[in-house]
Amino acid sequence: MAQIFHRSTNTVARVSIYGAVVSLLVLSFVLYGLSASPYYTDVNQPKDQPVPFSHRHHAGELGIDCRYCHTSVEVSPFAGLPPTKTCMTCHSQIWTNSSMLEPVRSSYATGKSLEWVRVNALPDFVYFDHSIHIHKGVGCTTCHGPVGDMPLTWKANTLQMSWCLDCHRNPENYVRRREDVFKPLYEPPANQEELGAQLVREYNIPSPENCAHLKKCQLMTNCTTCHR
Amino acid sequence: MSAEHSAPIIEPGQTFATVTDRISAIVLTQKTGRGWWLGFGIAFSLLMLFNLAITWLFAWGVGIWGINVPVGWGFAIINFVWWVGIGHAGTLISAILLLLRQKWRTSINRFAEAMTIFAVACAGTFPLLHMGRPWLFYWLTPYPNTMFTWPQFRSPLVWDVFAVSTYATVSLLFWFVGMIPDLATLRDRARNLIGQKFYGFLAMGWRGSAVHWHRYETASLLLAGLATPLVLSVHTVVSFDFAIGIIPGWHTTIFPPYFVAGAIYSGFAMVMTLAIPLRKYYRLEDFVTMRHLDNMAKVMLATGLIVAYGYMMETFSAFYSGDLYERFMVLNRWTGPYWPFYWSLIACNIAIPQVLWSRKARSNVTLLFVISLVVNTGMWLERFIIVVTSLHRDFLPSSWGMYWPTRWHIYTYVGTLGLFFTLFFLFIRFLPVIAISEMRGLVKEEAGGGK
Repeated sequence: MAQIFHRSTNTVARVSIYGAVVSLLVLSFVLYGLSASPYYTDVNQPKDQPVPFSHRHHAGELGIDCRYCHTSVEVSPFAGLPPTKTCMTCHSQIWTNSSMLEPVRSSYATGKSLEWVRVNALPDFVYFDHSIHIHKGVGCTTCHGPVGDMPLTWKANTLQMSWCLDCHRNPENYVRRREDVFKPLYEPPANQEELGAQLVREYNIPSPENCAHLKKCQLMTNCTTCHR
Repeated sequence: MSAEHSAPIIEPGQTFATVTDRISAIVLTQKTGRGWWLGFGIAFSLLMLFNLAITWLFAWGVGIWGINVPVGWGFAIINFVWWVGIGHAGTLISAILLLLRQKWRTSINRFAEAMTIFAVACAGTFPLLHMGRPWLFYWLTPYPNTMFTWPQFRSPLVWDVFAVSTYATVSLLFWFVGMIPDLATLRDRARNLIGQKFYGFLAMGWRGSAVHWHRYETASLLLAGLATPLVLSVHTVVSFDFAIGIIPGWHTTIFPPYFVAGAIYSGFAMVMTLAIPLRKYYRLEDFVTMRHLDNMAKVMLATGLIVAYGYMMETFSAFYSGDLYERFMVLNRWTGPYWPFYWSLIACNIAIPQVLWSRKARSNVTLLFVISLVVNTGMWLERFIIVVTSLHRDFLPSSWGMYWPTRWHIYTYVGTLGLFFTLFFLFIRFLPVIAISEMRGLVKEEAGGGK
């Protein structure tokens, strides 16, 4: 009887069996790499805006407080985007002829808002409240990165759940004093570990470790803390 | 073996050649009969209905199934448990009976294993479809993810994922490895190049050398050893889906053993349902003899009695516990809105199969076929009773409700029957339904060496 398969079939069979295993492994690494890459997460990708607003200039160099524009950050879930009026408090006086600011002036004249491109957005199934984070000593730059050094604003963190949990599990690594919260170029001190642990207790942060010390404790790692 | 068991497990007059011819002919030479086309056609239409039902489900969500608080499980879980249970007989026949050297398993193990795999495939679809967002099914598996979370390992539903996927893998391997020498036989006897290539590819270069046989035997034994605990563990884990919950009628320690017995019970009923038409249509009475049917009927009788004991103890402990809710649950099963289901269950699973005590009944093929259908129905009703009656009257009367499946839910169920039988018809047509090599071994042992 004639051979049904060519001699090479043995090799093909072996290669395809091992190849299948290897390519599955490779595929999972590639998928993992993609999911962690800026291509997917948008991290460190400056966004073009209708007006090239520079946080570096306004917050970093001029030292305008974050709350001057993001007015509701201490009292509401949403930090708030400034109306054109806020821009015009200064820009009705300075750079009044700048072509770069033309959209701002026309927005002010027509009453039609500037359409900024959103940089940081959480999915709708996540409950997030700026005010509580500010109140418990989470600084603006902890999540938003070195805003005082961003010519055009970019997303500094993935906003993935694992990233949220980094802090919700171990807040002592991240919290700072309340008076430091709005510093646009804050560097954690050398004794962060010590300071963090002290602040977690002082600010009654319901971290897994601190829970035992609190009278009432809703763990901030509970599912329902963020998924209500 | 006593004289009572003297009916042969292979009819006399069979030789190596006739065994090989008869079994391989079904696949290779015999014309595909009108009956096959009819059966396949019906099964395939139902499979298409299944596709339609799933598409509709994906478009609209599980609401179209009519499940709602308090009965959130409905048909999906009933059918999942029913199908997984059916699979168990295949594993029992191929693994445990192999280790116990029960020779009568030889002619039925191949299609019983096929039945296992197809049943597990049907079973597996239900929990996936029952998920609100089935495209996120992979969240059930532990893998490093951007959410920094693991599946809830305290939940029996996660244990289920491991139990059923292990079961599917081991069963598939067992089935395939067992088939390799037969596939080689088909390769060698195939009359065209496509057949030769197809079976040659599947036979993985089997040449029948002593080394091959040695490895084959070792692999079979190892896989049998792996599969044996699965017969007990898989349905135990499935029963935990209920027993871990605190709902009256679920929260009992009797669940694992009684589920396993029920699984084997329904599985043997299904093997019988498949074997009887199969041996008739393909005239395989010489291989699947009355002895096989008799033995299977006895296994059904025994496991059926264990199941009956389970029902009895369930009722007894409900009253003995003095627990108000447990007692109400039993009374509600007896006289509540679903009472016809409960009493049909008792009739199908306990009363009617008692006929099998009679040897005359066990030798009546038509009767056996009818009883096997009755038991399949009974075991389905059992799962219906467990899922629905316990849930629809929970602790708070304010949340009581009724559950009736919608037509989409019924289409999905009937659709999996279509999936099962489509696969089974394809299996009959393209793969050896009886283990040729093992049957040749049997010829040698039983008939004193066939030449």
